[in-house]
Amino acid sequence: MALLELRNVSKIYHTGGEEIRALDDVSLELNNGEFISIIGPSGSGKSTLMHILGCLDLPTKGEVWLDGINISKASQRELARVRNRTIGFVFQSFNLLPKLSVLQNVELPMVYAGIGGSQRRERATAALNLVELGHRLKNRPNQLSGGQQQRVAIARALVNDPKIILADEPTGNLDTHTGEVILNLFRQLSIQGRTVILVTHNPEIAAVTPRRVEIRNGKVAERVDERLAGLHRQAAAAGMAAGLGVPG
Amino acid sequence: MTFLNAIIVGLKEIAANKFRSALTMLGIILGVSSLVAMFAMTQGLENGLREALVAVGGLQKIRVEAQPVPTEQRHLRDFATGVTLRDVYALQASASEVDVVSPEMRLDSSPVLSANGRTYRTFMTSGVWPVQVELMEHQVEHGRMFTEADDSDARNVCVIGTGIRDELFGRPEDTGNPVIPLGRTMNINGVPFTIIGMFEHYESEMDRKVRLAREAEAAAARAAGPQSGAKRDRGWRGGGRQGNFAFWIKNNTVYLPLNTMWMKMKSGQTNGPAEPRLSNMEIRIRDVEQMDRALTQVRNVLLVNHRGIEDFAFRTQEDWADQIQSSVRNARLSGGLIAGISLFVGGIGIMNIMLASISERIREIGIRKAVGAAGFDIFTQIVVESVTVAVVGGLLGLLCSRLVVWLISQVTPTDNEPVITLGAMAFAFAFSFLVGVLAGLFPAFKAARMSVIQALRYD
Repeated sequence: MALLELRNVSKIYHTGGEEIRALDDVSLELNNGEFISIIGPSGSGKSTLMHILGCLDLPTKGEVWLDGINISKASQRELARVRNRTIGFVFQSFNLLPKLSVLQNVELPMVYAGIGGSQRRERATAALNLVELGHRLKNRPNQLSGGQQQRVAIARALVNDPKIILADEPTGNLDTHTGEVILNLFRQLSIQGRTVILVTHNPEIAAVTPRRVEIRNGKVAERVDERLAGLHRQAAAAGMAAGLGVPG
Repeated sequence: MTFLNAIIVGLKEIAANKFRSALTMLGIILGVSSLVAMFAMTQGLENGLREALVAVGGLQKIRVEAQPVPTEQRHLRDFATGVTLRDVYALQASASEVDVVSPEMRLDSSPVLSANGRTYRTFMTSGVWPVQVELMEHQVEHGRMFTEADDSDARNVCVIGTGIRDELFGRPEDTGNPVIPLGRTMNINGVPFTIIGMFEHYESEMDRKVRLAREAEAAAARAAGPQSGAKRDRGWRGGGRQGNFAFWIKNNTVYLPLNTMWMKMKSGQTNGPAEPRLSNMEIRIRDVEQMDRALTQVRNVLLVNHRGIEDFAFRTQEDWADQIQSSVRNARLSGGLIAGISLFVGGIGIMNIMLASISERIREIGIRKAVGAAGFDIFTQIVVESVTVAVVGGLLGLLCSRLVVWLISQVTPTDNEPVITLGAMAFAFAFSFLVGVLAGLFPAFKAARMSVIQALRYD
């Protein structure tokens, strides 16, 4: 069974008596360990799709199944729980809390998961070591470079061991080189078995994922790059954590 | 999210905006400290009144006062006897609930006392039986109380309070040695009396402190030797009535034997009654619980003696105790209301700041929600922050209340020293806590209801 499934999902906004179909009868399936990009120009419904995939919003019509549970009728409280345990977010503008240290930022999801202090510190440190920031625990986010901040955000997204990582233009505020490093991180995560969803307007970035979902005027069209998909399967099967170059 | 965490987040938020938090807290600090100060002052008032109540002889005392004949009995006016010694004997014989009866005959107008080359117009001089000392809780410190022999012989002797001594012979704290005018002669309205006894000095706790301080000051001045240069009299001596009213009255007592009062002072007056009439009787009953029974008994006995004419009235200390209760309650209520309003205003200040704070932190709230904070978590965080501000302000306010009370007692010294009670502090603190919760509710609700998507997009 698919990890995340959208069944005939529509999202309709009413503004000034006018009906806007941000998503129009979209169906989509995502499996464990997939690396997928969602690409579309602004105003295409890309953000709306991301919100629904990320359980930040509920569809007007249709059903969303996550891990065998229908969450399209979930309460706000249940949605918060799903966001906490099952999904990790990475944003374009990093969205770290400026008043907290790097360590505290990474601990934040565990605070809401009700995990005790010492375990929190341990796991947050481990996650930061994974993104090679173990030496910057006490710093404030604004003392770090953009790439480092994004890595902190990734550590925060990983720390509750979610099945899905949802990244919204994660390289948008970074230069090309740092962007590659971040994309590499995502690829590794998906090889390790997490589902990684990249949301972007940039076809070059979308080109690194085996599977691309294009969205235009609220409708989706899929394309699978067989070559990349094959490599991805191979890498996952071999349990390799690295080894794929970034094209272009 | 644990509670402790929320408190830590709240404290950090306060520390991050120190000046703003201090301004916000100021409202609570002022509210709490004025609330505590108000309660301290009314507590002081109550203590003073209670001290005075005990000083005049407790709740067991009833006073029977002579009254004009009531309107509906005007036609019987000529038969009215007034309160006389016959009433005293009748009560002693027939009223079982009555323990002690003490007759009192006062000089009507303010008598002039003179002795030692000084005169003093006092307000009250009474002829009494020796038993009055016991009833009025007097303590004879020097000399003796006059006896029944003095009374039956109508001797010209008197016993005075220290207030009279102060006026006629000088204060011991001014002169530096105890002034005990036993054996001296004092004229009352021109009639010479020998002072044979003096009561002890009655004072409240507060007065005692003031007097000891004055004594020390005067002693130091004497030790420093005579002052050189001209000493000008500025016409203000700070004398007059000092201390609690009830104690002052008690210190200004002059007692003569009842017979002396009648025979030497009253019977010669023109238009006076032929029979000795008392101005009042003091009665002590056996049991306070049986107050109503005792009153009925006394009334019945007196009505028989007075041919059914009600030319007397009762005054019980219970009335006074009730008055104390109600006046203290009123003072507490009005003061508390005003202080409560200022605390409430402080609460509005907190709410205002919390609203400003959440609209400043919309993005933070969005991020917290995105990583899994439920609405309830955000709600708790905001309420805890607001309560933290209020509670810290409340604690500072409790500290400040000592300062406020000290300031008040410096600016307007009173006989009733303000007393800060634990209860008042607990009440004010609890109230500030409540205000913090209430002020946090609306902003917290607003923050919890915020949409994640809009909050994340907010710049």
